[in-house]
Amino acid sequence: MNSHSDKRVRTIDRVNASLAERYARERRFRTAGLAAVSLGLLFVSFLFISIVGNGYTAFHQTKIALEVFFDPQQLDPDGRHDYDALTRADYGGLVKASMRNSFPAVKTRQEKRALYAMVSSGAAFELQHMVLADPSLIGTTQAVWLTADDDIDMLVKGHIDRSVPESERRVDDRTLAWVERLEQEGALKRRFNTAFFTNGDSREPELAGIAGAVMGSCYVLLVTLLLAFPIAVATAVYLEEFAPRNRWTDLIEVNINNLAAVPSIVFGLLGLAVFINFFGLPRSAALVGGLVLTLMTLPTIIIASRAALKSVPPSIREAALGVGASQQQTIFHHVLPLALPGMLTGTIIGMAQALGETAPLLMIGMVAFIVDIPGGALDPATVLPVQIFLWADSPERAFVERTSGAIMVLLFFLVTMNALAVVLRKRFERRW
Amino acid sequence: MHTTIQYMAAENTLAPAVSGDGGQALAEDSRDFAGTVGDVTVANPAMTARNVNVWYGEQQAIIDTSLDIGKSQVISMIGPSGCGKSTFIRCLNRMNDTIDSCRVTGDIRLEGQNIYDKKLDVVPLRAQVGMVFQKPNPFPKSIYDNVAYGPRIHGLAEDKQGVDEIVETSLSKAGLWDEVKDRLGEPGTGLSGGQQQRLCIARTIAVSPEVILMDEPCSALDPIATATIEELIDELRQHYAIAIVTHSMQQAARVSQRTAYFHLGRLIEVGATDDIFTNPGHRLTEDYITGRFG
Repeated sequence: MNSHSDKRVRTIDRVNASLAERYARERRFRTAGLAAVSLGLLFVSFLFISIVGNGYTAFHQTKIALEVFFDPQQLDPDGRHDYDALTRADYGGLVKASMRNSFPAVKTRQEKRALYAMVSSGAAFELQHMVLADPSLIGTTQAVWLTADDDIDMLVKGHIDRSVPESERRVDDRTLAWVERLEQEGALKRRFNTAFFTNGDSREPELAGIAGAVMGSCYVLLVTLLLAFPIAVATAVYLEEFAPRNRWTDLIEVNINNLAAVPSIVFGLLGLAVFINFFGLPRSAALVGGLVLTLMTLPTIIIASRAALKSVPPSIREAALGVGASQQQTIFHHVLPLALPGMLTGTIIGMAQALGETAPLLMIGMVAFIVDIPGGALDPATVLPVQIFLWADSPERAFVERTSGAIMVLLFFLVTMNALAVVLRKRFERRW
Repeated sequence: MHTTIQYMAAENTLAPAVSGDGGQALAEDSRDFAGTVGDVTVANPAMTARNVNVWYGEQQAIIDTSLDIGKSQVISMIGPSGCGKSTFIRCLNRMNDTIDSCRVTGDIRLEGQNIYDKKLDVVPLRAQVGMVFQKPNPFPKSIYDNVAYGPRIHGLAEDKQGVDEIVETSLSKAGLWDEVKDRLGEPGTGLSGGQQQRLCIARTIAVSPEVILMDEPCSALDPIATATIEELIDELRQHYAIAIVTHSMQQAARVSQRTAYFHLGRLIEVGATDDIFTNPGHRLTEDYITGRFG
């Protein structure tokens, strides 16, 4: 009895002696984990701060207030308000005349050209829109806010330093003086940049927008979703539930897993060779982009769907088989509904991957400069990440902020999609 | 889930020699086996199994076993873990089909029909031979849908009212109606363990089977829930042939009229429950029920 209790005391002493070291080890592990997470958060916040810091100004655009006289002589000499004539009239002349009126001191040809350059070339179209919408404006004088040129925009936003010598500045002293006069008169203001969301791409930064790229991305993702989800789910169900286990299915399985690791640009080359060169589908079309991204996302969704099917507990299958459900009834009534949240999550992750993909789309010509907003899956289009790539490559200073602005929009879509995946998973998750 | 069930002509000789360690061990351990003690047949059988052999790959799990399942009585299968009792009852509704490597030979008949016949459809078979599992496994659906599922897929009711009736009678037979009649729309997974198991029994009897197989139905339940299920089994005996696998000899003694003792893949002894527990005919049975192993 005595020796027994001695032994017990010794055991507890040993446990106590090792306890401090054990806790210290656990603490070290926790600290390391915490440090890793903090570092990750630091980099993410750095990324976000840098993008938002660069890009938030893209959502504003400098406008110039001008007194515009809608001269009937120029616009509508016949006075018939003919639509074609109004469309073809010289609105650029109106803008120039208003600028001359605002700055009567400007006389020489060279000076005039510098003066006209302060207003965007898109200003004429803004006036055209106004007149076509309301022809009664003809003959009146209106105070109109017109889009300023990107150089003026950059100057107002402080991206061009006014204190450096003229030779190192994109805006010369003469223009700078005009801008300062306009600022004093309150005729230069920053307004919300609707054009950024409603316009297609443009060579002029102040007119460039993401609407074309967003529509292109929508069409591409729509094609991808409509093809990838049903094909992937059907493949996963067949391979997981019906296919015999033999060398062929092993081969297919290995290939699917390998395809998930193939660099995406290879899918672009495949799309170029098969869809464009062999089947003759149009270049730069969202349809081809969607097909290529379908190929790219299929393995991801198939793997996620198979994992979801595998995770359905065998007891549910046994229960269904036990009451006499056929194999197909078991799968469609019980297994598939339980696996669906996992499948949807995999699909959304795959879609998010497709939304951010650039390289394969370069191969099928979606990198072209496309001004028009695509109206269908067969129209030439570009997508958001490619638009970002294009703008990042442009020399104008104003494209820097637009690049960041477009990245912010892309991130917004990605975060929304991932949040949707989380919500769907939470909503449809069932306990068993 | 491709199955590779092969049907072989039943052999009346002893189990064929099998290769692999499992087979060897089985053969050696049962050196003194000289055939099942007791009468494997009953006067009024619901199912008859003759010379059944089951392999999992190279491993033989059931060796040359013959046994009848009698109508309106409960037969319990007892024996140490891994003796093949679960494997045996899973042969009776071909649940073993879902295991790729499983191979069954022998002759198992339900109403004179060989259930391992290649032409036989397992769907009606499983409607006739229902099964209740070890762990309660209600579908993650409402209580009503759990019970209504079987009748619906088999088209047992003409209309919604017919389904309602089946659900009510099944739940009543399973002794669950009074507890759940006000919350049929709630998920079946929200019930307690014992209630879930009774729901699974209701789900099984909703398709009006001839035979109910129960694979350790109480092993995941507390003693009170177990007592309720045992009473239920005793009541169900009037309408169904019941085969129950259990680890509890007390349970076997309480609920069954016949008991079969399995040991290492062989049916050692079968007989009236009272006889087996008071006067076992085989040394292994005696050792097991007196607690010398198992």
